[in-house]
Amino acid sequence: MIRGAGRASARPAPRRRPRGRWFAIAMLAPALLGILVFFVYPLIASLFFSFTSYDLVSPPEWIGLRNYEYLFTKDPKVWSAALNTLWFIVFLTPVKIIMALCVAGLLARANRAAGFWRTIFYLPSLVPPVASVVAFVFLFNPGTGPVNHILKVFGIEGPLWFNDPSLSKPSLMLLGIWVMGDMMVIFLAALLDVPKDQYEAASLDGANGVQKVWYVTLPNIVPVLVFSLVTGLIASLQYFTEAAVASGVASGKATVGSGTATTLGYPDGSLLTYTQWLYVRGFANYQLGYASALAVLLFIVAAAFLVVLLRRVDAFNPEGAK
Amino acid sequence: MTITDTRTLLAPGTAPRPVRRGRSFFGWVAEHTVLCVLAVLFIAPIVFVALTSLMSSDQTLTGDLLPDPWQWSNYREVVVSTPLLRWFGNSALYAVCATVFMALSSVPAAYVLAKIKIPHANTIFLIIIVAMLLPPQVTAVPVYIMWSKLHLTGTLLPLILPNLLGDAFSIFLLRQFFLTVPTEYLDAARMDGASEFRILTRVVIPMAKPGIAAAAIFMFFGSWNDYYGPLLYASENPSWWPVSYALATFRGSHGTDWGTTMTLTMLVLVPVVVVFFFAQRTFVEGITLSGVKG
Repeated sequence: MIRGAGRASARPAPRRRPRGRWFAIAMLAPALLGILVFFVYPLIASLFFSFTSYDLVSPPEWIGLRNYEYLFTKDPKVWSAALNTLWFIVFLTPVKIIMALCVAGLLARANRAAGFWRTIFYLPSLVPPVASVVAFVFLFNPGTGPVNHILKVFGIEGPLWFNDPSLSKPSLMLLGIWVMGDMMVIFLAALLDVPKDQYEAASLDGANGVQKVWYVTLPNIVPVLVFSLVTGLIASLQYFTEAAVASGVASGKATVGSGTATTLGYPDGSLLTYTQWLYVRGFANYQLGYASALAVLLFIVAAAFLVVLLRRVDAFNPEGAK
Repeated sequence: MTITDTRTLLAPGTAPRPVRRGRSFFGWVAEHTVLCVLAVLFIAPIVFVALTSLMSSDQTLTGDLLPDPWQWSNYREVVVSTPLLRWFGNSALYAVCATVFMALSSVPAAYVLAKIKIPHANTIFLIIIVAMLLPPQVTAVPVYIMWSKLHLTGTLLPLILPNLLGDAFSIFLLRQFFLTVPTEYLDAARMDGASEFRILTRVVIPMAKPGIAAAAIFMFFGSWNDYYGPLLYASENPSWWPVSYALATFRGSHGTDWGTTMTLTMLVLVPVVVVFFFAQRTFVEGITLSGVKG
């Protein structure tokens, strides 16, 4: 390795050859085309369709701001859907981060067997999301589920979990905690990366355990926390699969294709998130113009998160983090 | 943090020797008690699913925790009574094609963005990041209209084919990895008269294998686990269902029998876990790379 590097630095820097430029364009062309076709164009087209009424059969009809007027004043479910999404934004990611950080902290101290423990806590996050939701709806099913069965042993009458509108979201949060493993792995790496001499210096200055966490550990892992927080919030903004599958499985109804729309939100609309509502209006009811208006509103909110992310996270700086 | 750092830090068993900073024996016991309790809670769901997958449909209604008798025939029944092979075949087709296509299109693009000076590189990188982070629902309507004009809705092709034109997250991840390949190697190869294509295939790709493996694993499991995409494009056409989508509809369409539902859940879960145990290091490196580099 060292030989190669030494040889290169001993020679003058190579000239940039024109063929390198053509090579670069050829290598980048498919990806650039992909960005144009699957990102830039749809972004602009969404804005256009949001001013139209379009059902995929007859050509789009320009209706000005009527979609937005309906969205803000008449849509019966958009605000409850937005509030459900807000619930996941406020609770899901922060709770996940706190749990992941606590477990990572414990693992960082369990030096010798860290690999073993890490495997156990990481494993659930690998379970395919649909499988984990089906498993949780079964575990927490009120009649025969193991959770309520075990609660009964302790004399507690188990609640309805996924079938109770007031508990369906917290039940999904328990699932979210179960799959916090990917965050935990990131935090564990960051914790182990904190320079040891900083702790020693803090000890010499007489810092106690809490002070060391506050003044040494936290400042070192803040970039990783911010990254996880904002990407987690963006994931909550588009929360779809877990809620949709939980509703379908807990309702016990066979729903396929656009029929899926009939179970979305079960029980009692408590799991209907904003992106599911967009799906219902756009792809079950084929109100593609109105769905585009919902998409534009989603874009505005997501863009606000993005601005924070792009400013705070070094990896997204083109010059690189180093 | 460099790649090598990450690898040594995360390799099991290579952690530094315990430093006893005045920690008492009781502190050690307390920490490990908490860890053990948490570990049991984290493993319990999989154990219960595994046990229930072996129960008769009558027994799943009793609230028993252990199967009696152990009904291994549940597995045969699921294989015989459902188009299981077709579901797995569709999932494999989706995941394998998406991964191969992603590698073909995104590795060269990421290499150019990381190592070759081109005009507007920063702008292109910024657009890729925004494309990666924005919710897919923002662009879903026009993209869906495009595929329906091509008469490809009702198949998984709208989810597979776009990977031929690059995937934003993969390009981002690969670029971060390629940045760590020392430019001296590339310059040395150029001095020896290697073409840019040869440098990419003979120097950069071999050195960035762990990064490419990580991007491939993310793509493979992202596709294997995908529910939203198949719901959007293939839900009306059962012959194109991948197993993740089929599992979501399974309980309602096969009565409300938890036993066989858990059997299918196990069949979906086990392959992923097996792959994880073979490629644990790549998984952990990839996930760390995507987060810690930040």
